[in-house]
Amino acid sequence: MKDFINSLGVILFATLAYATPLIYASLGSCFSEVSGVVNIGIEGMMTAGAFTGTVVAYFTGSPWIGFLCGGLAGMLFGALHALATVRLGADQTIAGTAINMLGPGIVIMIAYVLFNSTDTIPLTAEQRIPTLFKGVFNTETVFGRFMDNVFATYFSTYLVFVAVIIVWFVFYKSRFGLRLRACGEHPEACETLGINVLATRFKCVCFSGFLAGLGGACVTMTISNQFRPISIVGQGFIAIAAVIFGKFRPHGALIGCLLFGFCSGLKTVIGGSSGIDMQLISMIPYVVTIIVLILFVGRSRVPSASGKPYVKTK
Amino acid sequence: MKKKSIMEIITSNRFLQILLSILLGFLVGALFLVIMGVSVGDAYGKLISSVSSVKGFSYVVVYATAYIMTGLSVAFSFKTGVFNIGAEGQFIMGSMGAAVVGILLKDLPKPVLIPLCFLAAMLAGALWGSLVGLLKTRWGINEVLAMIMSNWIAFYLSNFIAGIPAIHHEGNAEATRTISENARTLFGADFRSKLNLAPTANWGIFVALAVMIVVWYIIEKTTLGYELKAVGANRNAAEYGGIGVNKSILTALAISGALAGLGGALQVMGMGGRISIFTGQEGFGFAGIVVALIGCSNPFGVLAAGLFYGALIYGGSKLTLVGAPTQLTSVIIGTVVFFIAISVIFERFGGGLRSRKNIAGRKEAEAKIASEKAGPDGNKEGPHGSENGKEDETT
Repeated sequence: MKDFINSLGVILFATLAYATPLIYASLGSCFSEVSGVVNIGIEGMMTAGAFTGTVVAYFTGSPWIGFLCGGLAGMLFGALHALATVRLGADQTIAGTAINMLGPGIVIMIAYVLFNSTDTIPLTAEQRIPTLFKGVFNTETVFGRFMDNVFATYFSTYLVFVAVIIVWFVFYKSRFGLRLRACGEHPEACETLGINVLATRFKCVCFSGFLAGLGGACVTMTISNQFRPISIVGQGFIAIAAVIFGKFRPHGALIGCLLFGFCSGLKTVIGGSSGIDMQLISMIPYVVTIIVLILFVGRSRVPSASGKPYVKTK
Repeated sequence: MKKKSIMEIITSNRFLQILLSILLGFLVGALFLVIMGVSVGDAYGKLISSVSSVKGFSYVVVYATAYIMTGLSVAFSFKTGVFNIGAEGQFIMGSMGAAVVGILLKDLPKPVLIPLCFLAAMLAGALWGSLVGLLKTRWGINEVLAMIMSNWIAFYLSNFIAGIPAIHHEGNAEATRTISENARTLFGADFRSKLNLAPTANWGIFVALAVMIVVWYIIEKTTLGYELKAVGANRNAAEYGGIGVNKSILTALAISGALAGLGGALQVMGMGGRISIFTGQEGFGFAGIVVALIGCSNPFGVLAAGLFYGALIYGGSKLTLVGAPTQLTSVIIGTVVFFIAISVIFERFGGGLRSRKNIAGRKEAEAKIASEKAGPDGNKEGPHGSENGKEDETT
């Protein structure tokens, strides 16, 4: 029993650690996809955020300014994506692919200029995003250790749950949310009602970049403390998968990310104790995602106008 | 016949648009070099000189072979309206399939073993592609999601297989054994040294060329190709026309997977010789997406784009010698793809140009009719016509 509670604590700790960046990025992906713009550039935007967050925190010494700038860097690439897809009617997949090359390409070149290396200099404890409730729980007891594992975590993790709630309200309880959902379903109808489809989509894609950037910054400013070219390897795509998994709803995406994080956490615990090959165990999150989709989730309906550039009719 | 303006030529010629995008890509790359304080001439000079020698170009071809194959795979799937983001996994499965055959059946003679390796790779790739197709057609699971997952499953599966004692390297290397000499596609040593080719120069490129022609033939000249294109153009219309949409998607993904898988085989039988246990995906599938996009999903375009991509990757690896980071090539390629994405603006601008001309033409015609009608009503027609013209312009 004691061992079980301990293991569960470790698994939940890992779950949150894996899931936090994914949740930020998938909230971002939600904004873009639901408004009708496919954004496979999330990966590139996360990379930009991861690098900028670390670098700004390193030079200013403030993790919060770094974190915010990480978001803004993602937003910059979001704006680039929006410019191409929303304003110029570009193919969204092609533009997203370009962002995925430009993001890492540009930041690593900047890394060369600043540090003469592809890696940034590791952040000190003060430059990283602080933890909450560290030392509050008595780690001598089993229960205390469990609580310490689960709740004494990074500020950014608490923040992301707040963000999910905010995004949920924006999506389903605000005028802007109604409009952005409508833009993804039937832009022509929106336009006849006087909604500026292009402006709405532009904003959404920018938000999407901002949140993806925050997600990227989470990766390099919490458990890992430096940016390396392999910091962001596929998390952006997993976040997109989580959004499809969650049927393009922020709370659905949250569940997708947590499931994925939980499986990854499970992986670390099983990997240590059992004799099963680590490579096979590493497949668990991906296989489980597909199985859960088949058994419980089923068809995910893509927003009707998704992927189609909207051209204002004259 | 009147002469076309430059703008009209650009708007009507996809090839020119791509060339222009490439030019802009290098311009933006130069901009970054200037900001970094690296000499543009040095960097681009190095890029060009490293790929323009016989040896350099043979390296480019070796690199490009795999990119062309994954490019063809992605291009083929695009025709059916499926975005094959799963070429990475199919490529991995293919290279592992070829490697396993090349290691386990090492005593077979060359003419038997090589086709067997190709076959194993294509089957493995096709299996991986149709698995996603099955998830989509049977359970309605979004193919993009399924492919992202299947890429990682393939990645870990490959690492797992590489760790099996019969496959794993005899020594301590984190890789498979080297595949049998009889499974390699390398040119003979004499031939390579006589022509001063790269040590990894191999005849895989000729397989890629043959496959390119086959792909072109399937897409353009066969019923299957027609059906796939119909599904890609309009799923509902195709279904209404009696084409089995699900069957087409499955077929397209299986073929697409086989192409990427064969690419994996060419890579390991030519350049690699063995497969390492990786910590991250190598990105051949992602490169294939870029190559297919630059090549406009046209098989011959993919060939050119694959060589271009291979040249930038190989040339880029030499950039550090002149103090410019390798990532410069990512920026250049990214910019090229970005401009290709927004080159639709040319078409729209061109369309606008034409329609404005039409308006002008119509106004002329209306004025003509009005003047021909000339008479007591002529004065009334005039302003009416111009009012129409105004409406056309402002709305």
